[in-house]
Amino acid sequence: LGFHLQRLYSSQQQFRVCVVGSGPAGFYTAQSLVKNNKNITVDILEKLPVPFGLVRYGVAPDHPEVKNVINQFTALAQGGRCQFFGNIDIGNDVTVSELLDMYSAVVLSYGAASDKKLNIPGENLKGVYSARNFVGWYNGLPQDMELNPNLDTETAMVIGQGNVALDVARILLTPIEILKKTDISYHAQEALSRSKVKRVYLVGRRGPLQVSFTIKELREMVKLPGTRPLLQTADFKGLDKVIPGLPRGKKRLIELLYKTANEEPRNADRIETTNREWGLKFLRSPLEIIADKSGGCVAGVRFAINHIQEKGGQEIALPSGEEEFIKCGIVLKSIGYKSVQLDPIIPFDTAQGVIKNDKGRVDKVRGLYCSGWVKRGPVGVILSSLNDSIETAKTIITDIEDGTLSEKTSETSLLDLLTSRGVKTVTFEDWLNIDREERLRGQSRDKPREKISDINEMLDVAFKDKKDT
Amino acid sequence: VCTTSLLSKEEKITVNYINRDGTKMPVKAVVGDSLLDVAIDNDLDIEGYGACEGTLACSTCHLIFEEKQFDSLPGASDEEMDMLDLAWGVTDTSRLGCQITVTKDMDGMTVTVPESVADARDV
Ligand SMILES: Cc1cc2nc3c(=O)[nH]c(=O)nc-3n(C[C@H](O)[C@H](O)[C@H](O)COP(=O)(O)OP(=O)(O)OC[C@H]3O[C@@H](n4cnc5c(N)ncnc54)[C@H](O)[C@@H]3O)c2cc1C
Ligand code: FES
Repeated sequence: LGFHLQRLYSSQQQFRVCVVGSGPAGFYTAQSLVKNNKNITVDILEKLPVPFGLVRYGVAPDHPEVKNVINQFTALAQGGRCQFFGNIDIGNDVTVSELLDMYSAVVLSYGAASDKKLNIPGENLKGVYSARNFVGWYNGLPQDMELNPNLDTETAMVIGQGNVALDVARILLTPIEILKKTDISYHAQEALSRSKVKRVYLVGRRGPLQVSFTIKELREMVKLPGTRPLLQTADFKGLDKVIPGLPRGKKRLIELLYKTANEEPRNADRIETTNREWGLKFLRSPLEIIADKSGGCVAGVRFAINHIQEKGGQEIALPSGEEEFIKCGIVLKSIGYKSVQLDPIIPFDTAQGVIKNDKGRVDKVRGLYCSGWVKRGPVGVILSSLNDSIETAKTIITDIEDGTLSEKTSETSLLDLLTSRGVKTVTFEDWLNIDREERLRGQSRDKPREKISDINEMLDVAFKDKKDT
Repeated sequence: VCTTSLLSKEEKITVNYINRDGTKMPVKAVVGDSLLDVAIDNDLDIEGYGACEGTLACSTCHLIFEEKQFDSLPGASDEEMDMLDLAWGVTDTSRLGCQITVTKDMDGMTVTVPESVADARDV
């Protein structure tokens, strides 16, 4: 409170910036703004009652180290110049134009709320899920609680060869004794403990050189307890000659793939001590997801077999005319996320799925900026969001310093407006109530956290002090 | 909590960090600490530094060493190399600060935080 008073009475110019979305991009942009200009304060607005975006709802439960970044974000939200307000759906509860009236600048960091479709027959069969929803399901995302994926099958097919595809495969194959010590949601833990899945294929359109997962994730798969890699030596033939010329990142990755594929002799030991396996299938494009006899569920996928051709210096995959059918009882589509145009005033590049911008400055709308996946497209790790958030913050500070952005003083207008519309905002203190309750629930199950996955329950817990008084 | 700093006879040397914007920040470093500890204990204002808190899961602690110093560092583990593969502006003398322990011979050395914003677009 003292801080607010000080702010009111200070003669310094104040710039209030509003950030839409509380994932890494939102927090990093806020952090960079308050760090680099002492006259800026930031409000971070989030649709869900809880902060942190995909750090909470994307990052795999068996990667708790990645989530440590939350500590930096928490310090920022408690540092006095950056406030979090959850449970506000921008575009519905309040429009971007309204925000532009109330703030010197509005930064759109709302991520990629949709995903790409395969657009092939059978995509809507029972047993076909987007990896996005599957991830949401095991991570306790409220909207994915009812997914109830079919795990009563031996073979799972993951379409895609990126990190999310590997995450999903790893969660399907990791021994339950390991998973149950993570913050995986209890309903998923239960379902996975009864899972019959013992073989996961990850399918890509192109060859091994085009996989888009990173080496850390690959190494984890190679080392996964109780699980053996199922790689066809033939797929990697000749790659040893290419490896020395590859750029640093790719080089070690392909080396590891090559070594794993050629390892002697899928050795007997390993086969005896493992009962699960994963494999990479290359040069396959899904043509159709085939239903079983009952007609309702997945029985397998029909693939076109591709060959690689050079075209204008680019290697592209073309159908060879041959096809292959692979049996499976569950299909997980992991072919990419997609951003949406959240409000009609946002200039949106529908083809690329990004907001039209230059260094974070949104085209043609004064005061509007963007960062993170919605700016760059849904690729890259948390670190990439740090980098492009720094860029966006720099752009905003430049615009403040050269007088493009005007000072805005009304401190309470947004909250008043939201209250008048019946929106109950969740502050960072309220979130800490949820956080504490989740840790407590985790304790009784010997897990770091048991997430609350029902929005009303989240709100009840968040506001419990307010109810008492 | 680092126990070394509780010892009365802790040894300190000077390390220069060059921040993203080129600012040189000379700081005292306790022998035995990691270069991530050093940055944190000295409150160095490096945006995003040490996001995963030294657990080899982020590469935000990426530092570029002078060649001579780099050559005398103990080799990197596979896991460190894996994360370095993801780092921005990685060079032949790059390492992850959380994996490097301060030794006496580092007195006066300079490490550079890579300027990473420029290439943020070609992901
Ligand atoms: C499954 C998965 C696993 C991943 N694992 C890792 C990993 O291990 N390591 C790593 O470095 N990176 C990982 N990533 C990548 C990382 O999560 C992203 O790079 C990063 O989260 C992108 O940040 P962002 O802020 O742009 O988007 P997000 O994190 O998606 O944040 C966007 C936020 O905006 C909110 N929002 C959306 N619509 C609205 C609205 N209308 N009003 C208000 N708020 C809204 C969302 O609820 C969300 O909180 C993973 C990604 C996925 C999908
Ligand atoms: S602090 Fe994350 S890898 Fe060093």
